Amino acid sequence: MTETFVPPTRFAVPGRIAVNEQAASVWQTATLTEIRRETARAATYRFAVPGWRGHLPGQHLLLRLTAEDGYAAQRHYSIASAPDDSGHVELTLDHVEGGEVSGWFHTVARPGDQVEVRGPVSGFFAWPGDRPALLIGAGSGVVPLMSMVRHHRARNLAVPLRLLVSARSPEELIYAREFGPETTPVFTRSAPEGVAVGRMAAAHVAPLLAEQPSSGWEAYVCGSNSFAEHASRLLVTAGQPVDRIRIERFG
Amino acid sequence: MHITRGFTGRPRGDDPGLPPGQYDAGDDWPVLSAEVTPDLAPADWTFRIDGLVDEPRIWDWEEAHRLPPSAYEGAIHCVTSWSKFGVRFSGVSLDAFWDVVRPHGSATHAIAYSHTGYTTNLPLADLTGGRAWIAWEYDGRPLAPEHGGPARLLVPHLYFWKSAKWIAGLRVLDHDEPGFWERNGYHERGNPWEEQRYSGD
Ligand SMILES: Cc1cc2nc3c(=O)[nH]c(=O)nc-3n(C[C@H](O)[C@H](O)[C@H](O)COP(=O)(O)OP(=O)(O)OC[C@H]3O[C@@H](n4cnc5c(N)ncnc54)[C@H](O)[C@@H]3O)c2cc1C
Repeated sequence: MTETFVPPTRFAVPGRIAVNEQAASVWQTATLTEIRRETARAATYRFAVPGWRGHLPGQHLLLRLTAEDGYAAQRHYSIASAPDDSGHVELTLDHVEGGEVSGWFHTVARPGDQVEVRGPVSGFFAWPGDRPALLIGAGSGVVPLMSMVRHHRARNLAVPLRLLVSARSPEELIYAREFGPETTPVFTRSAPEGVAVGRMAAAHVAPLLAEQPSSGWEAYVCGSNSFAEHASRLLVTAGQPVDRIRIERFG
Repeated sequence: MHITRGFTGRPRGDDPGLPPGQYDAGDDWPVLSAEVTPDLAPADWTFRIDGLVDEPRIWDWEEAHRLPPSAYEGAIHCVTSWSKFGVRFSGVSLDAFWDVVRPHGSATHAIAYSHTGYTTNLPLADLTGGRAWIAWEYDGRPLAPEHGGPARLLVPHLYFWKSAKWIAGLRVLDHDEPGFWERNGYHERGNPWEEQRYSGD
């Protein structure tokens, strides 16, 4: 297919990012090699995936668990690790109450276990490291954004990058130890002495837009739907163009 | 297939209404659009059909509401694995619009596009014969903006990314052309019963 239909209405959907689509159709075995606790509710799972064809920060994969009777459950998970040639990828999973897949990971999984993955899928939320990036996430929505932060660091990229991340408390802030000066945390329930408690607001977004580079920010928003709606509205109100806001909603 | 040690999964009945790999989301209705929810009033909404048709035409909110009402009650299926049962949408059957514009004999596909610029491609056969709607009510109430209101395309027999939110128009073509997710690795047709999630499925 050579043509691309351009709708007459086009005003708010950011353009596509070129990614390798070949890998998306094949299920591959992923062997769990390490589990790292991040918070009381979230842990990181490292997998060896020998056939992994690489990914861009921000992409996700499809993960499948299969029971003995053939019943399978599949879910999407963002890739937390930066692209590298280690043959490994890392995922960070929240423990969802009563969750079929995250429940298995948090209560049964141990190193040596094998699951199946397919991907990476969807280039829409990917960040190749080319444009200045303003990242806004909440809860496990920080996972694909962390892949971007790690990539930025690993490659020593000069392009500006900022992360605004919301969590209920410092104890629930995933990757807290890894954040540097690029990150501003927002705490909604409890915060360290001297740090305000409250929902992400215009006052958090305004200074970041004020320091935007001359070419502007490419904004990436990730989290629950209610958070994504809230954060994207804050961005639009602060003057970020709608066609430069990419949103990944975890449903 | 590879058995996962210690994974039993939820207790499951043999639900004939559930396509392979899907689960029943119950009362939840997740939102998965990739763009900012547009601030679009009914008065600013229009729906256009053009391309390979005898009479290209644009309807505004009032004009579209004068077409015969039609409802869909049943299930919807999202590619991210949830299905939702017993949903009730009302609006107008696409057939009522086709009767006015009359597609050419050479027409085979259409590209649906939103007021946000989102696009998705469909064979004409999936958009005719009482299987597709322009929907503006959900459960007897105006469709919420985050679910595509004021009006969305509804093609419930395909994965739900084909049911373009904030529908603005259909361009009728004599060939297939990939839309937004289709260019991002998703399947051309998206039939949940054949698990056509990604290109190559
Ligand atoms: C693009 C994308 C990226 C994502 N990335 C991440 C990520 O990086 N990290 C992360 O943690 N999550 C991520 N998610 C969310 C993830 O895909 C799963 O939705 C999440 O892990 C929950 O799955 P689960 O199987 O554990 O829970 P589910 O079993 O799906 O349950 C979810 C909720 O629904 C209820 N429920 C659902 N079905 C039933 C049923 N039949 N009976 C009873 N209760 C039911 C459960 O009790 C629970 O409250 C992502 C989602 C998307 C779409």
